[in-house]
Amino acid sequence: MPAGCPPHSTTASLPQHGDRGFPFAAAAAAGQAPPRPRPAAAMQFMLLFSRQGKLRLQKWYVPLSDKEKKKITRELVQTVLARKPKMCSFLEWRDLKIVYKRYASLYFCCAIEDQDNELITLEIIHRYVELLDKYFGSVCELDIIFNFEKAYFILDEFLLGGEVQETSKKNVLKAIEQADLLQEPRHEYFNVPVY
Amino acid sequence: MVVPSLKLQDLIEEIRGAKTQAQEREVIQKECAHIRASFRDGDPVHRHRQLAKLLYVHMLGYPAHFGQMECLKLIASSRFTDKRVGYLGAMLLLDERHDAHLLITNSIKNDLSQGIQPVQGLALCTLSTMGSAEMCRDLAPEVEKLLLQPSPYVRKKAILTAVHMIRKVPELSSVFLPPCAQLLHERHHGILLGTITLITELCERSPAALRHFRKVVPQLVHILRTLVTMGYSTEHSISGVSDPFLQVQILRLLRILGRNHEESSETMNDLLAQVATNTDTSRNAGNAVLFETVLTIMDIRSAAGLRVLAVNILGRFLLNSDRNIRYVALTSLLRLVQSDHSAVQRHRPTVVECLRETDASLSRRALELSLALVNSSNVRAMMQELQAFLESCPPDLRADCASGILLAAERFAPTKRWHIDTILHVLTTAGTHVRDDAVANLTQLIGGAQELHAYSVRRLYNALAEDISQQPLVQVAAWCIGEYGDLLLAGNCEEIEPLQVDEEEVLALLEKVLQSHMSLPATRGYALTALMKLSTRLCGDNNRIRQVVSIYGSCLDVELQQRAVEYDTLFRKYDHMRAAILEKMPLVERDGPQADEEAKESKEAAQLSEAAPVPTEPQASQLLDLLDLLDGASGDVQHPPHLDPSPGGALVHLLDLPCVPPPPAPIPDLKVFEREGVQLNLSFIRPPENPALLLITITATNFSEGDVTHFICQAAVPKLFRILNPNKAPLRLKLRLTYDHFHQSVQEIFEVNNLPVESWQ
Repeated sequence: MPAGCPPHSTTASLPQHGDRGFPFAAAAAAGQAPPRPRPAAAMQFMLLFSRQGKLRLQKWYVPLSDKEKKKITRELVQTVLARKPKMCSFLEWRDLKIVYKRYASLYFCCAIEDQDNELITLEIIHRYVELLDKYFGSVCELDIIFNFEKAYFILDEFLLGGEVQETSKKNVLKAIEQADLLQEPRHEYFNVPVY
Repeated sequence: MVVPSLKLQDLIEEIRGAKTQAQEREVIQKECAHIRASFRDGDPVHRHRQLAKLLYVHMLGYPAHFGQMECLKLIASSRFTDKRVGYLGAMLLLDERHDAHLLITNSIKNDLSQGIQPVQGLALCTLSTMGSAEMCRDLAPEVEKLLLQPSPYVRKKAILTAVHMIRKVPELSSVFLPPCAQLLHERHHGILLGTITLITELCERSPAALRHFRKVVPQLVHILRTLVTMGYSTEHSISGVSDPFLQVQILRLLRILGRNHEESSETMNDLLAQVATNTDTSRNAGNAVLFETVLTIMDIRSAAGLRVLAVNILGRFLLNSDRNIRYVALTSLLRLVQSDHSAVQRHRPTVVECLRETDASLSRRALELSLALVNSSNVRAMMQELQAFLESCPPDLRADCASGILLAAERFAPTKRWHIDTILHVLTTAGTHVRDDAVANLTQLIGGAQELHAYSVRRLYNALAEDISQQPLVQVAAWCIGEYGDLLLAGNCEEIEPLQVDEEEVLALLEKVLQSHMSLPATRGYALTALMKLSTRLCGDNNRIRQVVSIYGSCLDVELQQRAVEYDTLFRKYDHMRAAILEKMPLVERDGPQADEEAKESKEAAQLSEAAPVPTEPQASQLLDLLDLLDGASGDVQHPPHLDPSPGGALVHLLDLPCVPPPPAPIPDLKVFEREGVQLNLSFIRPPENPALLLITITATNFSEGDVTHFICQAAVPKLFRILNPNKAPLRLKLRLTYDHFHQSVQEIFEVNNLPVESWQ
């Protein structure tokens, strides 16, 4: 809440309680929505990885060197895999919020900015899984391994530059279908491997 | 010999078939060699397949930089299959750090103007993922054109590409601002969503844009209202909530537009109330919208009633069975606890319940929130909960919990006894996790509560007898036993059960602490000094104490050795002074936490250590060390006995006067005492680095023929002047001298009132 905004409660202003000694609360109370220092996307990156830590998809919406990407991936995978099943889907990591969810043997992990809504990010992840499911027909990890390029194409019809571009499941799947039909050589069934 | 290249899926099979890491590496290296050869040969037919394979191994962590140029070639091809993989490769392998990335600008430009929608889609997607600032500048006109295209498929992508471009090149805002008004009239959800994202980005970057877009608030309200009341539409709904993605985005924009703006906030007030009350909260989608609504309500100039509604929604979230919802509720309440304290207080019981969460990130937030909610009326109940939490909480939260409890206790303790009990409990439960100044604070507190001396020492003795491993507790206990050992032995204390303790037990306990390998050097110091003090408090003979003291005279620890030697000397040579030296300590005053609070309030991220009140440094020994005995014959140059190591154990503090503007003029010396040739002079210096400080040097000179022995000089100032002299009252000093001169004991006590004006102004 803006530090400069006059308080709305009618009680006399109390001395600051919560932020002594607790960096999070102080930082959070002191300045929400500061001007964004860098041209970051709402979603910074999305990673898919298996229970063994093997990367299955990596979509980066911010420019980072290969080395940095590897480092982030390694650390984050470790952190997420260390989480116990009963823990919540959100964690704070570096200066980002991480939203992750496990579907069967795959972890879907997104990094969002401080002012982004974690709950809607869970919906984004879920929508993506639904799209994959519809496309592959009861998707499993193997589908994503053997058709990784398709997983990217589908994601690119749902999110663009880290933002949601299409909220209709139907429209996304239609677009993929049409693109598949354009591929040469033409095949009768669009999900037969071309490569 | 032409080896037919492996299909992508066959390669993947082969890699997965590898039993070891080394085998996998072998397979991949072999294949990469083929791929490199194929690239060198320039085979256009299989290029897309080769790149696809390369992208796969790249994901496994292997180098793929030699495929970068191939991406360019594939993008430039006319085949859609080639373009699809080429653009994917560009997004994965090329980024703005590589010079090569600029080479795709031309291809993108061509593809954007080609008019084939899927191709345009690919180009826009790539541009918005990895487009650098230069690329964005170059291609802005193309993207602008596409904003007005008839096809919604391309338009929605063009809009989000514009968002990316503005992020990279803020000046492009002027290009993409004008079309927004028209785009906002679209019905297509994708376009609408993109437009709102674009407007949000423009407003966040420019106050002028923000002002400009305030006028669309009514339109946004209308769109959202339609969305909410429209009813179920299978295409865009999730669990009965109409297009939650779009709702959340609109709410976010409303938040930015309504912030600090009465009129806009007013316009959206009713709508927010409507969304807050009507959204279906049975599933996550609804809760996501509700959460965003709450964030918006709290951030704009909303009516008081609406704010309370929002806090109550968060309170309801706290009771939700979904852990994620509880998490966002706790995080948001933490942000609100300052501005809407009373509203959040209403949910205190629920918050306290959350301390029992199994998930550490939730219990941590619950802890922070609980500590923020402690006030004078609920302190007893809250402390009980928090202390229970301290006993069972995960180790990484212990330190924060302990500190939090101690701070809260300091601020809101209803009685001193309660305060002492609380600190004692914390020290016994989480002694190793408390901050360093907890010991000082507790000794200070106990020292000041005279009526509780007997109680404190009794309790501490019991605690120590049980467990000598928790260092802060041991230190405080040792100090107390030393100071109030007589009360301990007296045996009567109404507050707790009478306990008969005999001297030998007490001494044995302190010796145990001294000898224990768990005791830190500082702790040993406390114990040794406590033993020493007991020599005057106890009735029995001091042989046991003397023995211990002399043993430690050869201790390896230098500090301990020095003290032991001094104490030993005290026994042997200065026994008559022992009682005076080991007297009960007067209360040391120090700045309370309040003063520090105001100073730290404005700072972000107050560090735990910064919040600690700074105890006044007793620089007493410095004053006495300045005794410059120009004593000819006397060989007995007396070192002032080491005053008790506990902080604040001295009678004298350096006069710390408020900052006086420079330059400090030299202050004249002052003769304060003269008797039979013994003279005492005061000289004053202000150190240049710290003009607020005044150093007084006492020089004693013996002009007579007789020796002066056993010289002690003590100086004291009235309480007023202890730390600050805010009123700039004339400085007064009391001096006490005892010495032997001409075979007579001389004792003089006098006040010095005529200190030079410059010393206290």
